[in-house]
Amino acid sequence: MKDRKSLRPEGALQVRSTTGRPDPALNREIQTKIGQQLRAIYDDVVDQGVPDRFAELLRNLDAPSVRAKAADKDSGE
Amino acid sequence: MSRESSGRSASRDDASVREAMLAAVPSLRAFAISLSANVDRADDLVQETLLRAWANLDSFEPGTNMSAWLFTILRNLFRSEYRKRRREVPDSDGAYADSMKTQPEQSSKVEFEEFREALGKLPSDQREALVLVGASGFSYEEAAEICGCAVGTIKSRVNRARTRLAELLAIESIEDLGPDRELRAVFSGGGS
Repeated sequence: MKDRKSLRPEGALQVRSTTGRPDPALNREIQTKIGQQLRAIYDDVVDQGVPDRFAELLRNLDAPSVRAKAADKDSGE
Repeated sequence: MSRESSGRSASRDDASVREAMLAAVPSLRAFAISLSANVDRADDLVQETLLRAWANLDSFEPGTNMSAWLFTILRNLFRSEYRKRRREVPDSDGAYADSMKTQPEQSSKVEFEEFREALGKLPSDQREALVLVGASGFSYEEAAEICGCAVGTIKSRVNRARTRLAELLAIESIEDLGPDRELRAVFSGGGS
């Protein structure tokens, strides 16, 4: 998941079918773009890192009370 | 769960477990957003996943893929919640794209919006398979484990997702196509 940035697309999905006919080369191009865009929007979120609430939550997981609470919640649902 | 056993001897492990969980948070969020189409709900899902994982750490096999384990928990949580809410919340096509737009740090490029919209039109089982394999970086085998289905099922979902996306993106952008686009090279027989 690390070196994905290099695959980030520069810009638009520029390769598109005008005819709707299957075209193997075009299809490959489109699939490449789809892969790039998918990773780009995914990485937009990944790049936001760890929001404070989760860092805090994980720090507090050490506390037995939190762990008990989590267990409660788990069995209570 | 009767397994909140007295002192897991593993307090030495706790630090590394916490670290592994922390490291997984960014991609868990990205996955959760792709599933739930709502950033707040996604973050709640992630939080519940972490709590659930921590409460059930004993069921995690050390040495196996922590990230895949967390993804599995999150996905199951989402599925059970989704089933519950299904009747209340209409799963409209635009919901996914709209929610993604609320993310402040997201690129506002038109083509990304287009792509998100197309992604939002996929059936959720196809979308999750595509995201796991195409963005989260899991193998087909891992994705199958996370989704609790056969490897072949994942492969066919990913294929169908890709085909459908290609159709949606191509159809929606016929008019965008200028004569000077690099597409010409493809059409003129250069291939790729």
